[in-house]
Amino acid sequence: MQLIDCPWCGPREELEFHYGGQAHVSYPPDPQALTDEQWGHFVFFRDNPKGPFPERWVHGAGCRRWFNAVRDTRTHEFLAVYPIGAARPGVPGGDA
Amino acid sequence: MTAETRPLRPAHPLESWEPAFAALTREVAAQGGDLVLEPAPQARATDLRLDPAGPARPAVAAALGAGLPTHPNTWTATDDGEIVWLGPDEWLVTSRYARPDAAEPALRPLVAGHGGAAVDVTGQRVALRLRGRLARELLALGCALDLHPSAFPGGHCAQTLLGQAGVLLLALGDGDDYLIHVRSSFAGYLAEWLLDAATEFRGAAPAAGT
Ligand SMILES: [Zn+2]
Repeated sequence: MQLIDCPWCGPREELEFHYGGQAHVSYPPDPQALTDEQWGHFVFFRDNPKGPFPERWVHGAGCRRWFNAVRDTRTHEFLAVYPIGAARPGVPGGDA
Repeated sequence: MTAETRPLRPAHPLESWEPAFAALTREVAAQGGDLVLEPAPQARATDLRLDPAGPARPAVAAALGAGLPTHPNTWTATDDGEIVWLGPDEWLVTSRYARPDAAEPALRPLVAGHGGAAVDVTGQRVALRLRGRLARELLALGCALDLHPSAFPGGHCAQTLLGQAGVLLLALGDGDDYLIHVRSSFAGYLAEWLLDAATEFRGAAPAAGT
């Protein structure tokens, strides 16, 4: 089974974690100003790259903390793990 | 039915499992093995949240008589319980004698003014103690962590999965003594899982009544 490196607990089995979708999708500063189309884009549209992708993960069966990770969507390899709120790190082979 | 008066005493949630646990120890011992599974005494438990770099920590440590462990997945002992790391800003404080100064009403005022919280979670978990030479081998049947004392010595703990249940696992000794906290509603499942997983240590004859 694949191991995911929790920033707090260290490497743990994948099934201790849950996926939280694309990272760095910030809430619109003024939602009232958005058109329906822009709001729909914020709610429903996410990137779907082939390759490194910044994602949110939570260590649900462990420390129950959220963190961000860059995962290669072709190989499922985790290229980097970093705290919520931190900038996306440059990763080898990543398009950054 | 005759009315009888008996003094009330607190029952352990896993009390009814004790004969099965004792039979396991007996049968494993008959094979030359060493494995003891028993319900651990129920302790008052408080979930404590506070900023580890904030001003509340010294007062909390003074009240508990022990420092809060800041290294992930470690615990420190108090006079009658443990302070267990649950997260970077969260600890579980247990007290077997229900000391008032380790309880929610005493801890809350120490942390509430600094954005922290103290919540009584006594009923949330049930504890089992598993010890003996075969303890680590039994846990390895349902836990993916490396529990060898070189990786998981006494004083370490882990929130992880054992069988299908989430557990909080404490290493009491180096490799042969564990405290397993499990959510109350999973306690029966985990007791059953441990007994089933230990079948291979009981010897050839299938055990009756389990
Ligand atoms: Zn974790």
